[in-house]
Amino acid sequence: MSDLVKLTIDGREAQVPKGTSVLEAARLAGVFVPHYCYHPSLPVVGACRMCLVEVEGWPKLAASCATPVAEGMVVKVSSPQARAARRGVLEFLLINHPLDCPICDQAGECDLQDYVFLEGRADSRYTEYPKRFNPAREFGPDVLYVQNRCILCTRCVRFMDHVAGEAVLSVSERGDRAYIGVDSGRALDHAWAGNVVDLCPVGSLISKDFLHKARAWELDRTESVCPGCTQGCAVSLETRGDAVVRIRPGRSAGVNRGFICDVGRLGYGPLNRTDRIETPLVPEAGRLVPADWDSALERTADLLRSAKAPWVGLVSAGASCEALEAAAKLLALGGGSGAFRVPEGPEVPLPGVPDLALRKERAPNVQGALAAGFARSWEECLARARGAGLVLVLDEDPAGIEPPGESVPLVYVGTALPESARGAAVVLPCTSVAEEEGSFVNLRGMRQSYRQAKAPPGMARPAAWILAEVLAALGAGVPA
Amino acid sequence: MGYPHPSHPRETVLLSRYFGDAEARGYDGWIKRGGYQGLEKALGTSREQVIEEVKTSGIRGRGGAGFPAGMKWSFMPKERNGPHYLCCNADEGEPGTFKDREIMRWTPHALIEGCAIAAYAIQAEQVYIYIRGEFTEAIAIMQRAIDEARAKGVLGPNCMGRGPRIEVMIHRGAGAYICGEETALMNSIEGRRGNPRIRPPFPAQAGLWGRPTTINNVETLSAVPHIMVKGGAWYKGLSLSSPKSTGTKLFSVCGSIAKPGNYEVTMGFPLKDLLFDLAGGMKPGRRLKAVQPGGCSVPFITAQEAEGALLDYEGCVAAGTQLGSGGAIVYDDSVDIVYQVSRLARFYAHESCAQCTQCREGTAWTLRILQRILRGEGRMDDLGLLLDLGEQMTGKTICVLSDSCAVVVASAIQKFRPDFEAYVRSGRSGAAG
Repeated sequence: MSDLVKLTIDGREAQVPKGTSVLEAARLAGVFVPHYCYHPSLPVVGACRMCLVEVEGWPKLAASCATPVAEGMVVKVSSPQARAARRGVLEFLLINHPLDCPICDQAGECDLQDYVFLEGRADSRYTEYPKRFNPAREFGPDVLYVQNRCILCTRCVRFMDHVAGEAVLSVSERGDRAYIGVDSGRALDHAWAGNVVDLCPVGSLISKDFLHKARAWELDRTESVCPGCTQGCAVSLETRGDAVVRIRPGRSAGVNRGFICDVGRLGYGPLNRTDRIETPLVPEAGRLVPADWDSALERTADLLRSAKAPWVGLVSAGASCEALEAAAKLLALGGGSGAFRVPEGPEVPLPGVPDLALRKERAPNVQGALAAGFARSWEECLARARGAGLVLVLDEDPAGIEPPGESVPLVYVGTALPESARGAAVVLPCTSVAEEEGSFVNLRGMRQSYRQAKAPPGMARPAAWILAEVLAALGAGVPA
Repeated sequence: MGYPHPSHPRETVLLSRYFGDAEARGYDGWIKRGGYQGLEKALGTSREQVIEEVKTSGIRGRGGAGFPAGMKWSFMPKERNGPHYLCCNADEGEPGTFKDREIMRWTPHALIEGCAIAAYAIQAEQVYIYIRGEFTEAIAIMQRAIDEARAKGVLGPNCMGRGPRIEVMIHRGAGAYICGEETALMNSIEGRRGNPRIRPPFPAQAGLWGRPTTINNVETLSAVPHIMVKGGAWYKGLSLSSPKSTGTKLFSVCGSIAKPGNYEVTMGFPLKDLLFDLAGGMKPGRRLKAVQPGGCSVPFITAQEAEGALLDYEGCVAAGTQLGSGGAIVYDDSVDIVYQVSRLARFYAHESCAQCTQCREGTAWTLRILQRILRGEGRMDDLGLLLDLGEQMTGKTICVLSDSCAVVVASAIQKFRPDFEAYVRSGRSGAAG
């Protein structure tokens, strides 16, 4: 194809589309070129000069991020000249750097640390005193700017300008007095502003929420789907032990191309709640008491066998497709149907990425619930529950059922026990999105699976497993 | 008081002929002196012929880089499928250079005429003259002349009553040296931070507001009417030396010199004669120590190197320096070269736009080392370190501000090493004082 360009990078043949940068071509050929200002989602400025490479026959080194490939080009990433130039950049970046890695949240995932180890000098020739000092500044609700660590790559500036479409950040001053400034009278409070923390290649822009919480190398990372809204962003749940300490964009580009909003980023609180149900519970002398799974499931099956039709379901649009499908199948046995409700908030798009927004509907599996046959008729279902033969609640708060669970038996499957479900005939503890495998269908109909990031509390089991066990006990078989 | 000095017989006064002649500032006065004949002639020929004539003249960019102007114009797209722009670079911020200011102060219509010819040749309707903000007098004079030219129909919907639409607008700089770099200048006009842009794309492909753009220096554009009137071949024939350096050049002579000022000579004029004949030589009892013949961003040369140097692009390179913008800074034996170099480094460190790492950090580090040497806390290996930093700052950044700082420091250390060593040894200047 004529649209492909052939070139050689550190001895490796590469064939890449015309218009590709040398840096991207090298990446495709398996050769890494260190870089700071370059980011695939941002406009190229070619300013940090870290990605300098040698091109055979060229009088000067080339910034590989800003140099398009040409037919027959011979690129040398690791030639002595190129390495010396990059070593020079690293030395310049370090002269005013505080070297406070032991107290820096970025340590362990810092491009400055990494590249200095990769090809920097072992010593310093900077003997001037003192290093430049500027106090840290609050940029917004969650972003702190530690100017002393800033290398002026301007990724944050370009993100806010070109991707978020709200240019509140800019470079102020000149020379080595330059720093990132916020427009006067404004703050970095855009719903997608937290991405500047991920984009910052060093520890200059940091999350106040994560401040001094954990070291990067202590964390386990699990690919998941954000439960915050119907968008279905690929996220990484970062855990230490059984606590989620941070949510960041997933490693796969996903529908979100490596960005997540602050609602998703900071929405991990419910995943760490400590008031969880840890065992099945059954009523005994007016109180709910712990039971083992076998007896609780048996009791559930008995309840269902003797319950009159119709049954009514009140389910969560945050439950997995697998759980919702099982719940629908179970309800069908009693000639019943169910409903869900969705909390809402303002929709905030990220203009720089097509079809990406913090969505108005703040639950991850609205489409999955609809596909399983559930409707948005929450209030109507709640009213119907009064005359029903049985009510099945899947991780929801059935407040408003009157009278709660007295005339109508209530089967409650959930992570925590709301006041409204204390009259349940049986309580079955289920796992949260962080503790199970499952899938959500996003607003565009894309079904995406997520993985287990931490251990469930006590005896909690995935809702899909619980409901399948109940179906099996009824002889109804496991849903496909 | 008129202009500081009358023309010297050895000058070739083309651009500076009416310096000091207040009447030449006005439209009528300018017409009386033969003004706008070049534009008339240009409009009477095709734009290809105009470009061809400028190519024939061999005129090279007078802002410092020395790129052939006709060739630059020919890079503009032949087909016009949207706006083209002409920017006149009048952001003369180079310490020691003050020629463009004088052209604008005394002969504003020469610049307007040159702009109009260039705009016609490259099919630009809008011309921006980006003037250094501190040049308040030049800005006022230029604005008056533009208003006058528009009232007389030189500019406006029909240039000279028969040509295309040509409008000229002044954009005032806001105090940043870097905005004299052509791509930073375009960013500044667009209202952005004045940072140089990466190339490609080149301005002729995508410049101001992403449209094809040509940027020329004041002195270059002001010479164009003469080329139009008398022909490219005539202009080229003015050169005393290399066929690659043609026409006349204004030199702003300053520093340790008897008669500082602007002198216009033909390319190839001996540097020694410029300094000792035209500019009156050294002050009494002083000897020439060093010169930067092309402004503060070119390498220092010693008195010995200056001896046989010829003032053209090739001659300056042969002498170990560059023609640059033609701001000859003269240093006599009373000058503390180490202090002067630190003063220049301070300028570059102050003016670095902060984009490229080598420049942002390198200029500031260089300055700190030099200041430490001046405080008497220098070490011998500082000199090697300075040279090594200079190496890292050369040829690796978006624009040449970093290179300029490096070459100035490096050439000073190489040529006046004993001065630096004296500071390191005794903590004091070795200059004759």
